[in-house]
Amino acid sequence: MLETTNKPTAFGFFRERARWSYWEIAFWLCWVVAFFIPGANLVLLGQVLVWGLFALALDLVLGYRGIPSLGHAAFFGIGAYAAGFLGKYGWTEPISALLVAGLLAGVAGLVTGRIVRGLHGVSLLMVTLGLNLLLFDFVYRSTELTGGADGLQGVTVAPLLGLFRFDMRGNTAYVYVLVVTFIVFLAVRALVNSAWGLSLMGARDNPRRMTMLGAPVAEDLTWAFGISAMVAGIAGALLTQTTQFVSPETLSFQRSADLLVILVIGGVAMLYGGFVGALVFIVLRDQLAALLPIYWYFWIGLLLVLIVAFFRKGILPSLRMLLVRLRQPREGSR
Amino acid sequence: MIILTILFNGVAYGFLLFIMAVGLSVTMGMMRFVNLAHVSLCMLGGYVMVTAMSKLGLSFLSTLPLTFVATALFSIALERLVLRFFYGTDDLTQVLLTIGLVFMSVSSVAYFWGPTFQPVNIPAWLSGQADFGGLLLERYRLFLVAIGIVLTVVILFGVERTRFGAMVRACVDNRRAASGSGLNTQLVFALTFAIGGGLAGLGGALSASLLGSDPNFPFRYLVYMLIVVSVGGMGTIVGTLISALALGIADVATKYYLPAAGGSIIYIVTVAVMLWRPQGLLGRKVGHA
Repeated sequence: MLETTNKPTAFGFFRERARWSYWEIAFWLCWVVAFFIPGANLVLLGQVLVWGLFALALDLVLGYRGIPSLGHAAFFGIGAYAAGFLGKYGWTEPISALLVAGLLAGVAGLVTGRIVRGLHGVSLLMVTLGLNLLLFDFVYRSTELTGGADGLQGVTVAPLLGLFRFDMRGNTAYVYVLVVTFIVFLAVRALVNSAWGLSLMGARDNPRRMTMLGAPVAEDLTWAFGISAMVAGIAGALLTQTTQFVSPETLSFQRSADLLVILVIGGVAMLYGGFVGALVFIVLRDQLAALLPIYWYFWIGLLLVLIVAFFRKGILPSLRMLLVRLRQPREGSR
Repeated sequence: MIILTILFNGVAYGFLLFIMAVGLSVTMGMMRFVNLAHVSLCMLGGYVMVTAMSKLGLSFLSTLPLTFVATALFSIALERLVLRFFYGTDDLTQVLLTIGLVFMSVSSVAYFWGPTFQPVNIPAWLSGQADFGGLLLERYRLFLVAIGIVLTVVILFGVERTRFGAMVRACVDNRRAASGSGLNTQLVFALTFAIGGGLAGLGGALSASLLGSDPNFPFRYLVYMLIVVSVGGMGTIVGTLISALALGIADVATKYYLPAAGGSIIYIVTVAVMLWRPQGLLGRKVGHA
């Protein structure tokens, strides 16, 4: 019997990988619906999206390439300050400023990727951490240039497309953040499902074998770092444009650590892990900080320990495993 | 004269960092376990000392051994109850687990002792300055240097010349071979961890009057501790000592001569060393297995 009809083709394979599931469509619809719910805290939800996008950036190197970075806040901060300076000195058009900020962060990411690509383990963590601290120290101390600890004030952002002003209630800001996040997400999703993404994952699982197959493992890593930094920079610029203020806290080590926590709570190499983690983390922080101003970090720490100890993979992968397990007996009985 | 004073203050600070970090270096070299919660043990040491002095009315000197024993017991409990289940996992899992523990320790300490600085009363014979032919040196820092030298000698002797030290070295060099020749590696781990934790607590107690003891201590010194351990090379005691002294002197000197540069010189040197020798100055290359 001829099996030409069922024979997997390269084209079919990639189409299958990139197919949208109902879960994904439902996920994005939820964000749209949230906009129309009266009394929804759009400012908080916008923050969740920015953190989610930032976590997506880390996911690209950590989840899909297996390279942990303790310094991703540096790229977020570069994007945030770039957007801040542009807004302060006359370039008030938001979309082009966003692109410029993203590109700047991306270039910084390419350079960093080139520097760290030969490193592993602790030395890798220390170099990314060291570069982040260096930048933070510089920004924190150049008071005339960046406003130092007080942050950069007087950032103006022109109305979006010349039509929609960024209002106090955050309606415009929310839609803007949601649309940008979705577009960037689509790009990252396409990238991860492409042949390049497969090669990246191959290098994560077995770098020696990928080298033998002729994949440019080191160059891919550099580019992955650059693209990841660009996404992080866009997230930082979004934060600046929606809050019209930049503080050195945007590139602190604390933010890099929080980012790792968010991604791991949600689950790595899932694309959506960062968004789920950000939702849990930001909402929890918001609630706990109001309830227990000094002690809320205890519960974040406990959550982290429990997740690492019992759900090695984070919320989303654990949920998926549960679903698979629930579905299996049904299929077996048929 | 100023140069000598700076050098002296830097050396005192360096010995303090060495005492706090040496346990971390050895356990990281031996078990390949990235234990960020080590800084929490330092903080705990500071609080144990403060409490013992104010509540039990003990003298400064007699609280030091007490602090060592208390934090050693605490860290052995931590190792047996939590950390030993994570020896086989990857770096990232360990970093996240222990950073979670740091978060918890910071809030717990703020809950029990309050979020403010704890005052430490140094006895009269340790406060003030001593005159060495025109060179004025703080007595407390002299005391730190003396303790640092004594501890370094004791640790080096213990590791190089005693039977237990040989076991520790065997475990650092090759855990599987050590276990295969009949060593109870779990026991060696636990004891090393306890001693390292005790030293961390002692370092924290000694630093309490100089660096202050408050709940944010771990966040402030975590980075310095990681720099000391990674630059020196994990598992090497001499390397840790060298990098701790260098960091101490560099920190004091840049604060005096180049206050505008802040920590940047230290960070640049750290990054450069890591790129030049990823395994640290005196560390040996290890395969990823």
